[in-house]
Amino acid sequence: MSEIKKVKNLKEFSTSADRFEGANLLCPGCAHSIIVREVLNATNNDLILSASTGCLEVCTAVYPYTSWDASWIHIGFENGSTAVAGAETMYKALKKKGRLKQPEREPKFVSFAGDGASYDIGFQWISGCMERGHNIMHVVLDNEVYANTGGQRSSSTPIGSSATTSPAGRVSYGEKKNKKDMIAIMAAHQIPYAAQVAPNKWKDMVKKIQHGMAVDGPVFINAISPCTTEWKFDPKDTMHIADLATDSLVFPLYEIIDNHELNITYRPKNVIPVEEYLAAQGRFKHLFKDEYKYLIKEWQERVDEKWAYLNRREEARV
Amino acid sequence: MAFDKMELQKIEVWDGNFAAAQALRQCQIDVVAAYPITPSTPIVEGYAKFLSDNYIEGEFVMVESEHAAMSGCVGAAAAGGRVATATSSQGFALMVEVLYQASGMRLPIVLNVVNRALAAPLNVNGDHSDMYLGRDSGWIQLDAFAPQEAYDLNFIAFKVAEDHDIRLPAMVHQDGFMTSHTAQGVYTLTDDEAYGFVGEYKPMNDMLDFEHPVTHGVQTEEDWHFEHKARQHNDLMTKVFPKIQAAFDAFEKLSGRKYNIVEKYDMNDADVCVVCMGTSVETAREVATEMREKGIKAGVVGLRVIRPFPFFEIAEALKDVKAIAALDRSSPNGAPGMLFNEIAGALFNTDKRALLSGYVYGLGGRDLTKAHLVSLYTELQANVDAGKVTTQLQQFIGVRGPKLAFL
Repeated sequence: MSEIKKVKNLKEFSTSADRFEGANLLCPGCAHSIIVREVLNATNNDLILSASTGCLEVCTAVYPYTSWDASWIHIGFENGSTAVAGAETMYKALKKKGRLKQPEREPKFVSFAGDGASYDIGFQWISGCMERGHNIMHVVLDNEVYANTGGQRSSSTPIGSSATTSPAGRVSYGEKKNKKDMIAIMAAHQIPYAAQVAPNKWKDMVKKIQHGMAVDGPVFINAISPCTTEWKFDPKDTMHIADLATDSLVFPLYEIIDNHELNITYRPKNVIPVEEYLAAQGRFKHLFKDEYKYLIKEWQERVDEKWAYLNRREEARV
Repeated sequence: MAFDKMELQKIEVWDGNFAAAQALRQCQIDVVAAYPITPSTPIVEGYAKFLSDNYIEGEFVMVESEHAAMSGCVGAAAAGGRVATATSSQGFALMVEVLYQASGMRLPIVLNVVNRALAAPLNVNGDHSDMYLGRDSGWIQLDAFAPQEAYDLNFIAFKVAEDHDIRLPAMVHQDGFMTSHTAQGVYTLTDDEAYGFVGEYKPMNDMLDFEHPVTHGVQTEEDWHFEHKARQHNDLMTKVFPKIQAAFDAFEKLSGRKYNIVEKYDMNDADVCVVCMGTSVETAREVATEMREKGIKAGVVGLRVIRPFPFFEIAEALKDVKAIAALDRSSPNGAPGMLFNEIAGALFNTDKRALLSGYVYGLGGRDLTKAHLVSLYTELQANVDAGKVTTQLQQFIGVRGPKLAFL
């Protein structure tokens, strides 16, 4: 059993040995790099990583450079989870055969992918990895849009968001479908651990990543990743937007253990109205026209309902 | 070692699928990630059963699609070990995206392709449509005409693919059902001989070497993409054939069975010849012998290596014949057949350009009969006698309805 890394405070955390370099091409203000560092810094174990095609991938491994100081692989848009599952399978085979070069080391296998690569095109591959019980962690960098290709809707894009393929216009309020509940779907694979995390709540994040790395079996992590470019906010406001997301309960932070024990891991002292979260982002600007204001009310109702549901599940332990 | 060896008879009665499965067992594959599809399924079922019975120490992952199968193989190979799988037809087509990635990432995976038609209309029987679909994917492609060869060529494939000068994935093709499900006598190697031939896997740029982290599958744009592709092509064009020849030579020393990049049959004094692949080679050889009794000097050229294409070896094999038939078992869908085109290319700048005609045959498992080949050789002789191609350049043979000919 590997030793769980002790993280005392943010200063120590942010300066701990870094296996993801600051030298990358991500947008200023992008939350992806923050999340990746938080995930990687949560452990001292060796890492085998993958990224599915997307912002993170195209911005961190542009030949002849790499931002990764741990073994990393990218194959395609849909199969980053399976790439890491393949590596994990080889690890098991070589361990059994006594052919590991450093047999005393215990690597962790982590695949990073966007919401498009996870909720949509990579859905089947992730489902396969979860069902088969690979000892891997899949982390979704959930910015609710195909950001790398310029802002098309994914099945993670929420109602009322203006995306390039579901743009708000004179007769449209933008995206018509609500976000897919990927965490519930993944938990339903009977995996030992599924959780939602946010980069602003780094202690909660580290705890969950460490829990995920300690369990035996597949782990699913959904990380909210505010996107300055597609959500349309000032790059300096990334953490502020993340705070609005968690404190308005639009992104509740919780975990599901073995698909029955649901724990809410963050209860904001002052819950802010969803309206504030929406108002801070250009992608929801049109909702503040008179004819669409009813959608803001519906948003609030949906968030309240989901929060009540999570609370009921937490209490019922089902 | 913790697993059990298997005592084999000197000759076993195996179909092509089981022969390939036995070869995978003897190569001691570390990881197989696979998805079932007719007619290749028994290969990976065989591997799974060997694993269950402790004849292999490794891991078998039954994934949820062929795309995931090849994705898992890529991840496993990049991690640093011996990897193989098998597929056919639609499964092969689904894998295609990842085939290019496997070769571009220089990962020596061995893929057994049990050739089968591509839908629509759906068809489970053998033709070469899937084999042709893979021909630009950057893989080495070896072709078995019979179960014995499906067995032997797996060893050759690992030997060449895993060579550190090569590091390219390789396919071993066999014809669906005609080879994969037809049991024949197969001369075996002992487990020690077989493993000794392929040797222990020597990792390179392996992700599991934690002291040397490696980045696989990078982004390149107009500044580096071309150089990567050019280098891969260069290695296929210049390095693979010498390694294949060396592997053939070493294998002959071990087994007594001789393989050639281009397999010639009665070609020393042939006037007319057929160039084909797969099980048709054996049928053509039988008919060629019979044609000689009728006074037609017939020969056969079979392609043992499809990629890289044996450009000079083909030209050399065909340099003295007067008429050639290129037999393509895949619908060219709007062009001359692949073999027709490539043979034409190989001969175009040579002094002696024989009369070349193309035939499309056997789609969806339609039999190529001896009668077809008799009339084909007769047509070639007529071309020789007339000093020109007397038919259209592309004919469909064995198809019902009015005769189909083009060009």
